[in-house]
Amino acid sequence: MELILEDGAVYSGRHFGYKGSVAGEVIFNTGMVGYPETLTDPSYQGQILVFTYPLIGNYGIPESQVIDQLHRHFESDKIHLKGIVITSLTREPSHWNAVRTLEDWMIEYKIPGIEGVDTRAITKRLRDKGTQLGKLVFEGKDLPWYDPSTENLVAQVSCKEPILYEGGAKRVILVDNGCKNNIIRNLLKRGVSVLRVPWDYDYTGEKFDGVFLSNGPGDPLLVDKGVEVLKKQMSQDKPIFGICMGHQLMALAAGAQSYKLKFGHHSQNQPCILVGTKRCFITSQNHNYAIDDQTLPAEYHPWFFNANDGSNEGVKHVSKPFSSVQFHPEAWPGPVDTGFLFDHFVDSL
Amino acid sequence: MEPLVKKVIILGSAALKIGEAGEFDYSGSQAIKALKQEGITTILVNPNIATIQTSDHLADKVYLLPVTPEFIEQVIEKERPDGILLSFGGQTALNCGMELDQSGVLAKYGVKVLGTPVSVIQKTEDRQEFADALAEIGVFVPKSKAANNLKEAMVIAEEIGYPIMIRLAFALGGLGSGVCWNEKEAKDLAGKAFSYTKQILVEEYLKGWKEVEYEVVRDAYDNCITVCNMENFDPLGIHTGESIVIAPSQTLSNAEYHMLREVAIKTVRHLGVIGECNIQYALNPVSEEYRVIEVNARLSRSSALASKATGYPLAFVAAKLGLGYSLTELKNSITHSTMACFEPALDYVVVKIPRWDLKKFRMVSTKIGTSMKSVGEVMAIGKTFQEALQKALRMLDIGAWGLVTNPNELGFKNNREELIQELQAPTDERVFAIPQALKLGMSIAEIHDHTRIDRWFLSKIANIVRVEQLVAQYNGGICPKHVLSEAKRVGFSDPQLGQLLGTTERQVRRQRINYGIVPAVKQIDTLAGEYPAQTNYLYLTYNGSEDDIVLGDKESVVVLGSGTYRIGSSVEFDWCCVNAVKTVKAEGIRSILINYNPETVSTDYDEVDRLYFDEIRLETVMDIYEKENPKGIIVSMGGQVANNLALPLMHWGAQVLGTSPVKIDMAEDRHKFSSMLDQLGIDQPQWQELTSIDAAKTFAAKVGYPVLVRPSYVLSGAAMGVATSDEAMESYLSKAAQLNEDHPVVISKFLTNCKEVEFDAVAQNGEIINFAISEHLENAGVHSGDATLVLPPQRTYLETTRRIKRIASQIAKALEITGPFNMQFLAKGNSVKVIECNLRASRSFPFVSKVTKQNLIAQATQAILGRPLEKHTDSFFELNYVGVKASHFSFTRLLGADPTLGVEMASTGEVGCLGDDFREALLKAMLSVGYKMPVKRMLLSSGPEKNKVDFMDTVSQLLANDVEIWATSGTHAFLAQHDLKVKLAPWPDAAPEGTPNVVEILESMPFDLVINIPKNFQSDELTQGYQVRRRAVDLAIPLITNLQLASRFLEAVLDKPDLKIKSWDEY
Repeated sequence: MELILEDGAVYSGRHFGYKGSVAGEVIFNTGMVGYPETLTDPSYQGQILVFTYPLIGNYGIPESQVIDQLHRHFESDKIHLKGIVITSLTREPSHWNAVRTLEDWMIEYKIPGIEGVDTRAITKRLRDKGTQLGKLVFEGKDLPWYDPSTENLVAQVSCKEPILYEGGAKRVILVDNGCKNNIIRNLLKRGVSVLRVPWDYDYTGEKFDGVFLSNGPGDPLLVDKGVEVLKKQMSQDKPIFGICMGHQLMALAAGAQSYKLKFGHHSQNQPCILVGTKRCFITSQNHNYAIDDQTLPAEYHPWFFNANDGSNEGVKHVSKPFSSVQFHPEAWPGPVDTGFLFDHFVDSL
Repeated sequence: MEPLVKKVIILGSAALKIGEAGEFDYSGSQAIKALKQEGITTILVNPNIATIQTSDHLADKVYLLPVTPEFIEQVIEKERPDGILLSFGGQTALNCGMELDQSGVLAKYGVKVLGTPVSVIQKTEDRQEFADALAEIGVFVPKSKAANNLKEAMVIAEEIGYPIMIRLAFALGGLGSGVCWNEKEAKDLAGKAFSYTKQILVEEYLKGWKEVEYEVVRDAYDNCITVCNMENFDPLGIHTGESIVIAPSQTLSNAEYHMLREVAIKTVRHLGVIGECNIQYALNPVSEEYRVIEVNARLSRSSALASKATGYPLAFVAAKLGLGYSLTELKNSITHSTMACFEPALDYVVVKIPRWDLKKFRMVSTKIGTSMKSVGEVMAIGKTFQEALQKALRMLDIGAWGLVTNPNELGFKNNREELIQELQAPTDERVFAIPQALKLGMSIAEIHDHTRIDRWFLSKIANIVRVEQLVAQYNGGICPKHVLSEAKRVGFSDPQLGQLLGTTERQVRRQRINYGIVPAVKQIDTLAGEYPAQTNYLYLTYNGSEDDIVLGDKESVVVLGSGTYRIGSSVEFDWCCVNAVKTVKAEGIRSILINYNPETVSTDYDEVDRLYFDEIRLETVMDIYEKENPKGIIVSMGGQVANNLALPLMHWGAQVLGTSPVKIDMAEDRHKFSSMLDQLGIDQPQWQELTSIDAAKTFAAKVGYPVLVRPSYVLSGAAMGVATSDEAMESYLSKAAQLNEDHPVVISKFLTNCKEVEFDAVAQNGEIINFAISEHLENAGVHSGDATLVLPPQRTYLETTRRIKRIASQIAKALEITGPFNMQFLAKGNSVKVIECNLRASRSFPFVSKVTKQNLIAQATQAILGRPLEKHTDSFFELNYVGVKASHFSFTRLLGADPTLGVEMASTGEVGCLGDDFREALLKAMLSVGYKMPVKRMLLSSGPEKNKVDFMDTVSQLLANDVEIWATSGTHAFLAQHDLKVKLAPWPDAAPEGTPNVVEILESMPFDLVINIPKNFQSDELTQGYQVRRRAVDLAIPLITNLQLASRFLEAVLDKPDLKIKSWDEY
């Protein structure tokens, strides 16, 4: 099996998982745990992921148990990545809640993988040259390049119909841009009901106490319909909170501009500082686009910034209960340090 | 930032010991660097003269004094620091600091404790307070209760139900802890524990649970991160210091990893730690149930390991946080572009394996368990567990080529029963039993049942066995590329493959290089490549195709490190390596160091231009050599590990710098060396190289017993023995050594009642440039690593030293020495005999360098680099002070070991102290290694008649000074004959019914000293003397087993010299 990058680089390794070829955008993630969560994260739609941690599959895959319309162990109903690139696959996992191997699970969802390649070399290449298109070619079966960033990926992964999750008296509209299940779990845990709606759904006429904008894949500029609905909602005063794509959409709706990062943030160890303090939070992140601080309108303030590269990590309205963060307070995978943001949101309803 | 303090005192951990080793040289050195960067004056108190932290380039002032409250108070009184660091010198520093706080000394002098407050430390150290504190935030701890006496302990044990675990409060390395399966065991262990401590903890025993640790950092602004987590290969029941450890954890899911991380942060915030701490968990292997086992609110062995495993400088950051910095104000010292407030992402795995040296001790059990016995550790970095595991096993330097296909069937068990026994009740060699069990057809499930080791680890081991069998199919033929490549990826070494393929290591190397199978050089950058990093912290892996850095672009010199600490090779050699590297750098040459010991300063990436954290083995050194193309390799700084590679490296075409490897071999090979001495007309003990027992007996009859029996290439007396009779010789040669035409043994006359003299020197092109002569306080017969060293010599004739110098010059010339070398001499009257010569730095180099204030290693390195050097002609006799180096023994930790000295080295560490005269220096050194003053009550058991005579004067002086002396039967009778009235402590077999015997007397009242001089050099018998020695050690009573040391110590005690508080630079 070969991994071929847009710039011509070719890496040969051993195939595993589904026997087929795929094309997509190649990115990397430096997280050391959480491959089941990562593979099912809808934000990875259309991408081929390089795991920098060398041993993948160690603790297998837990059962696909659905409780109250939610997968207990996964972040969505299926694998969203197109393929994965690793150093070494564990074929004999060991964990009390594992029911099958990573490889078997990938075969079910027709996801190929390559192992035995120098993932650090590939990562450095992506870092230095920026995110690239790439393909995994099985037994010479080549296929055309595929650039997911030209498509409205949010539309592909969002739910098609509203779904209601009962959890309490207060009701939150959750705009599904490719929502991770742990956002829903975090809201339900705090005693609110969640009405999960499609990305372009006009919820302004519904009965609700606040709006939660989920994460999602791709370029926020392509999510124009969602931004239109949001603009309408933002003339009101009900609490709004956004995560990742949701953050970008809120900033765009407020009038700010987005841009594409060279290689994005794809790790579980991103330090984010609360503006004006010495407080720093370790966060999980997965995004290629960011909001340009300089373009924020006067009534919005930067809320968090990335301690490594200074990029914006959150915005807050000066008077209205509107705020959003670029990182993932719902974690899964990753550190749960910013889970308190859910408390703040629920308290504000 | 305005500094919180201006002058800070830092407490070191004194001598290296089991449970407290080189890791505190690393953490103390980093703390000093961190403070110096802020312009803070640093005062270090640490008598460990071999450490890097006590070098002149680090702390502003160094006090080579005992880390005890009495001495520290005096240093504080003199220096008036406004801050103190307690958490960088292990449990020794922490305990001392807490005493100073409780006694009000710190408050009296206005010394602020930096970092974690004492009240918090107290909370983590007192088991009950700790359990209460965690209960407040709903964090689970093992069911447990503190007991203040034996009766209480037994009641609690009954409540919890057996098996139970007994732990000691305030103990390092799990000392005295253990599992008890029933009432009797509990009674025994608890009884023993109460002789060390006033409080013990009785707790539920979580056998088979996973053991996981997190290293946590928190600043004064409540930022809190976990820098690294680690998982033990050996589940709960084996002390983490005795376990194989892997970082990061391998078998934890995201939910488990982050659950424990969250609990860690919650706990550390609640306790209020500022700086660094370690939290240990038990995790149920079949659920998400956990228990917090303990929190160490200080730098620890685990934090040193985590630092090296991740590249995150924990000690440096902890010191800065103690000064009031926020994590957000500190830079990541690897990337220089990102911030210290982050959690490293690893793109490799790290395996740590402890290094035991249990065969060095008589009567000690090789079983490992809940208290520490290991004396060092190794850390291997690889991309897969298998690669790192096999590397690490080789690094142990116990003769392993990897996990499988080992010479001499390492760890081999004779039958299924023995194998199961090993799996269930492990010794230090259990890991080798796993592949053997697999080959015998035992399933992973079955091995898991016996060992409770997670199946993940076992299946990876099974994969190593699979690859072994795959390769073996090509024995005698050509191994295809893909097979060889796979073998290298799972960590097989060339010698291992050579054995499997029926060919040589060199042939395998040729073949794989032909195939293009060479390792890739990878960086450790803390961010898994996400950000560019200018890091020089490197390792090799076969699971990679590209080197991370440009290689061989600048003139460089490679220095080989000393590998794992073990008995006989420890921090002294790290000091040598660090100084050699510094000198290479100062000469404008790129310095490259290879070492794999996580407890060292030499493996701090800011010490060296390029650090290869990898094996010091022919194959690996050649791989690096061929990539870096250096000017040459320095092999003379890293002790015997490095020295042994000299000749093979030369044969494989590498440039070895300094003394020619051919000459090194001439000094190492006992036969060649002795022949050379004969040719030069230099006297040596009579010797002969022999190949049969009969010939050996004939030789012994000629020279007379006792004789010393030893093979070539000796370090620390390994496999060396003293025979006192034909029977002893026969038993030794059949048991401890192979004897045949291929494996000759050198037997020499073992001389007693001689002085032993140590000669350390630097030569260039055969000319001695500088030297130092120290004498052993003990007579010959005590291993030089255990002996007490005195510099300048106090009892050696001037003529003797002249002869020694003359002989050394002859040898330097004959061997064309360039670099450091060390010789040992026997002196009687003015006759001088050579007993050993090492063409490398020796254990005593830091001691003599620091005492004479001449950096012999810097000079040796310059000599090696060919820089012209002036001959040093000052006489070290003119020093107006004396240095004494004393050894530390860790017998308390080695259950059952006979605490005597002999030709096998047994000490784990050393100290070196200075005094205006010999007695002052000796007392400071002895107090530093745990002896007590004043001596109010002592036991004397003086062995042979001659000793008894020697002691008479001392005894009468002691009596005149009101010392209560107890003596064993023979000694008592002898003293009584001479009208010296001492109390009788009868031997167990001589005690009349109803009267207490010597052992019972020791147990019944506090003693300050036990002197027991054994009658024989070596004996495996459970003698009564052994019982006294062992009981003294178990009761933590200072013990002396050597006549000369006992006499000198008591003379010094009686002399009551003023123990002056003078820093090193004041001498």
